[in-house]
Amino acid sequence: MILVLIGVALLGVAVELPPFGERAVPSWNEVARHYLDRSLNETGASSVVAGIITDYRGFDTLGEVTVLFTAVTALLVVLEGRSRP
Amino acid sequence: MDDLILRTVARVLVPLVQLCGLAIIAYGHVSPGGGFAGGTVLAAGFVLYALAFGQEALDRRLPERTARTAESLGAAWFAVLGLVGLAAGRNYLANVLPPGSPGRLLSGGIIALVTAGVGLKVAATMVTLFRRLMGGEGGERP
Amino acid sequence: MTELLGKLYHNGFYATAAILFLTGFYIVLADNHLIKKVIGINVMESAVFLIFVATGYVEGGRAPILTAPPGPGGYINPVPSALILTGIVVSVSVTAFSLALVSRIYQHYGTVDVDELARRRGPEP
Repeated sequence: MILVLIGVALLGVAVELPPFGERAVPSWNEVARHYLDRSLNETGASSVVAGIITDYRGFDTLGEVTVLFTAVTALLVVLEGRSRP
Repeated sequence: MDDLILRTVARVLVPLVQLCGLAIIAYGHVSPGGGFAGGTVLAAGFVLYALAFGQEALDRRLPERTARTAESLGAAWFAVLGLVGLAAGRNYLANVLPPGSPGRLLSGGIIALVTAGVGLKVAATMVTLFRRLMGGEGGERP
Repeated sequence: MTELLGKLYHNGFYATAAILFLTGFYIVLADNHLIKKVIGINVMESAVFLIFVATGYVEGGRAPILTAPPGPGGYINPVPSALILTGIVVSVSVTAFSLALVSRIYQHYGTVDVDELARRRGPEP
């Protein structure tokens, strides 16, 4: 019952979202245009996504690496820690 | 687990998969891909090797200590590379190297170096996760 | 009604994401097996990735490799693709950690069934 309600709500949202595949959607704003226009000169990387994740958002990627590192550390602690008697 | 077909196919496939992963890492700044995707493909090669030849073989080829060192090295490499930008008088993680000509392998300044570090780290992480979650008690016990 | 269905068909990727999310949510709610719950969370995460990346698509666009010629619709929006990478990394980490916890629970209690676990722990004090 709850699932049906949530499903109707989600599908309703899917109908009302900006149309798929068009350029005039809110997410196509000046940020994306800036990256597409200038990232070749500013970073020298022809792959815009690589330029974004390692140059413009390099600190974010450092955080991602930290997240992975923390996950492995937590996994080792959980799996190798001594279980309480 | 002692299957002739599996072992033969894996023997052919593992170098190709790992070469593919390395290529995705190396060309991360000129084509789709990058450190995360390439590192995962590289780790998939190791996982296939372990599944075909057993975890003991993986422990011989890639000891757990090496994987952990590679992991720490990848993360530390990233952080130290950020300090280079600071030393050059710009922001942390600033792109201080010359951009080079776009589309070539030697372009994009520090992006290729960062991608290499991330790829190393992700590959080591995935191998460690696989090894631990498979329940192998390999590796040194404290 | 026809117009509504047409819009839904045009936004097919978003509708697929909604259905995927529902599937994952149902698995998380209705299944007692802990590992299946982890799988359900992964399916829900896939739905989020799908809807996020689909917002960046442009009709006839190509991947944003600037040295390659653009498609008839130019390049796609690179920002959602770059942002969702963080989500994927977090998803992998969360999955690994949950699986580690499930593995410990199995070592300790010998079962991964939620009802069985609740029965063995007894009533909460």
